[in-house]
Amino acid sequence: MIEIQNLTKSFTLHNQGGVAIPVMAGAHLRVAPGECVGLVGRSGAGKSTLMRMVYGNYLAGGGSIRIGGVDVVTAEPRQILALRRAVLGHVSQFLRVVPRVPTLEVVAEPLLRLGIAPQAARARAADLLARLNIPERLWRLSPTTFSGGEQQRVNIARGFAHDYPALLLDEPTASLDAQNREVVLCLIEEAKARGAAILGIFHDESARDRVCDRLVDVTGFTPGLAA
Amino acid sequence: MTDQAYNFAYLDEQTKRMIRRALLKALAIPGYQVPFASREMPMPYGWGTGGVQVTAACLTPDDRLKVIDQGADDTTNAVSIRRFFQRTAGVATTERTTDATVIQTRHRIPEQPLAEGQILVYQVPIPEPLRFLEPRETETRKMHELEEYGLMHVKLYEDIARHGEIATAYAYPVRVEGRYVMDPSPIPKFDNPKLAGNPAIQLFGAGREARIYALPPYSDVVSLDFEDHPFTASKADHACDLCGSGSSYLDEVITDDRGTRMFVCSDTDFCAARQAQGHCGRLSPQGDAP
Amino acid sequence: MTLMQNAITAAPLLSVQGLTKRYGPRIGCADVGFDLYPGEVLGIVGESGSGKSTLLSCLAGHQRPDQGRILFDGADVLAFSEAERRRLLRGDWAYVHQNPRDGLRMGVSAGGNVGERLMAVGARNYAAIRDSATDWLGRVEIAADRIDDRPSAFSGGMQQRLQIARNLVTGPRLVFMDEPTGGLDVSVQARLLDLLRGLVRDLGLSVVIVTHDLAVVRLLADRLMVMKSGRVVETGLTDQVLDDPQHAYTQLLVSSVLQV
Repeated sequence: MIEIQNLTKSFTLHNQGGVAIPVMAGAHLRVAPGECVGLVGRSGAGKSTLMRMVYGNYLAGGGSIRIGGVDVVTAEPRQILALRRAVLGHVSQFLRVVPRVPTLEVVAEPLLRLGIAPQAARARAADLLARLNIPERLWRLSPTTFSGGEQQRVNIARGFAHDYPALLLDEPTASLDAQNREVVLCLIEEAKARGAAILGIFHDESARDRVCDRLVDVTGFTPGLAA
Repeated sequence: MTDQAYNFAYLDEQTKRMIRRALLKALAIPGYQVPFASREMPMPYGWGTGGVQVTAACLTPDDRLKVIDQGADDTTNAVSIRRFFQRTAGVATTERTTDATVIQTRHRIPEQPLAEGQILVYQVPIPEPLRFLEPRETETRKMHELEEYGLMHVKLYEDIARHGEIATAYAYPVRVEGRYVMDPSPIPKFDNPKLAGNPAIQLFGAGREARIYALPPYSDVVSLDFEDHPFTASKADHACDLCGSGSSYLDEVITDDRGTRMFVCSDTDFCAARQAQGHCGRLSPQGDAP
Repeated sequence: MTLMQNAITAAPLLSVQGLTKRYGPRIGCADVGFDLYPGEVLGIVGESGSGKSTLLSCLAGHQRPDQGRILFDGADVLAFSEAERRRLLRGDWAYVHQNPRDGLRMGVSAGGNVGERLMAVGARNYAAIRDSATDWLGRVEIAADRIDDRPSAFSGGMQQRLQIARNLVTGPRLVFMDEPTGGLDVSVQARLLDLLRGLVRDLGLSVVIVTHDLAVVRLLADRLMVMKSGRVVETGLTDQVLDDPQHAYTQLLVSSVLQV
């Protein structure tokens, strides 16, 4: 489902003397449907950079990232947008929303964008929020005022609202208590069971051991760090 | 006799020629405002300088002229314009609608239906119906050119929103021959139906604004409205207190300090003719009643 | 996957090629080209004088470009007659001005402002026009009992929402927006952004939005075009351009603003 070949990336800092910093070379990995692959490697090795490139958030220097028939590296912006809408989900560490929008709408939005009827979308959103223990009295409020843990759970609910065939998870269990951590791990297992290909970063080792089928060390893709 | 100091009908022949050309163009494009080189006239703007120029360009020595102001032959404005043409053109004058060949009017159409061969000349203060909503002349001309008349209905919409009905009671906008939207001059909307299919030639002159427009005989003229708020030609719900007419447009006259009112025909010729025929109203002198 | 297919096979709604506008020897904008697809929001960013406003006014037909082509739904807009162009401007196209006073009739009631475009395209039933106006005031969160008030009695945010309702009532397909949140309080901006996002999504609008506010495009635009000295220096997905800018100017622009 996700297939990365010979991926390279460097940052050119034009306003700091035009210095070019190579951050990735020769990256390759593949994630099959129903599989969960965890990225490991020490801080700064490029785990997040790789995830961002897969999502199209960072521009790749070369190579290919094929997801559901689209090569993210060469795709038009609108192809990537369509991919993100229907195929490729992303749970980031931070919730970024328009202030004032109620939590229920934030979670239902990915479904509304897919043209799903508002009532069905909201029902699905309510279901997820309830599972993730967000009290119903908060659903009409904007999540911008919530605590870090609550925001993270809203973010997860949003990321799991649609059954994406491919999912990127960036520290999905960080800052969650045991009970909610369990809910999130169950959501991941359910996604795998329905055939989603998942690529994730998990600092929580026991979570990683539980859901990941394989681990890929990105240090091997990092110029200057590769052993 | 023509006052020898003046050319016939005051204007020189070149000026008349220019105005007649504008009139012909206006008749050829009903409802379209034709610019013309409006002259200074020996009366202030607002006193009918546009109408006087049009009348002067139309008059021949054989014409019989009638001048009315709000329907009346005997008000200052009507009297002075009539006298002006008596002096400068020497034409015959009349107060009788049926006898007149040219009628200059301020803000009324006579009650007596007009006939072929008659010319009705309107005095127009503001020829541009879109002016109040769109002050830019360049823009209003463009709107006429492209038939963008939605704005006219915005005005009527505002009327209904504010007053529950279309409160525009005079200068009620019309569409001519399905093309140009036209300001019929400040005639009461009661008169609007008479604009349509009229056998007479109707000419409109705006002196200060230097515009002439026209309705040839039997023009199609439709008052703008909404489907659910159709145009109605309203008048005061009374009969004339002098001639008893229930169908003519009425002026309301306050007769004393206690607010006693009477309603009389605004068309003095029409009212007088009816009284002469023996019709009488609520306040007719009793002795004369048949 | 059908959605993806649709998004990828659809023809562009607006296609711009080689658009150039000069002011004497000075360049307003030069050789600008892009495709805008149905339902897409394109953000144009750059600092004052970068040519983004010139570009927008050329696109919207307020100015005539010196060179280039603008195709709307396949039709060459620059070859349109004045009548066709204006019909486009009150039908399929809409333009939201930065200052609502430029886009509203201040002497006409809110209902009349919203109804004007309907009447311009031939609506002649007062009750139906009023129902549409009421509906649209609701959609932009203006209470129905304000329908007969004039915009001068409204706050800045309300005026801007009224302008949006007035523009969208005839169901345009393409909306041009010039700094629609400029001059509004931050809290009012957020409300407006949320509203715009919902409308864009629900109505499937295509939007070209010009702004210098990167936070606005982050939330509203699918794609970005970065302009400098009249030229496009970078284009791409909004988040990609903001998070991984490639051009020196974009890097400077992004690093110059507070975290968005």
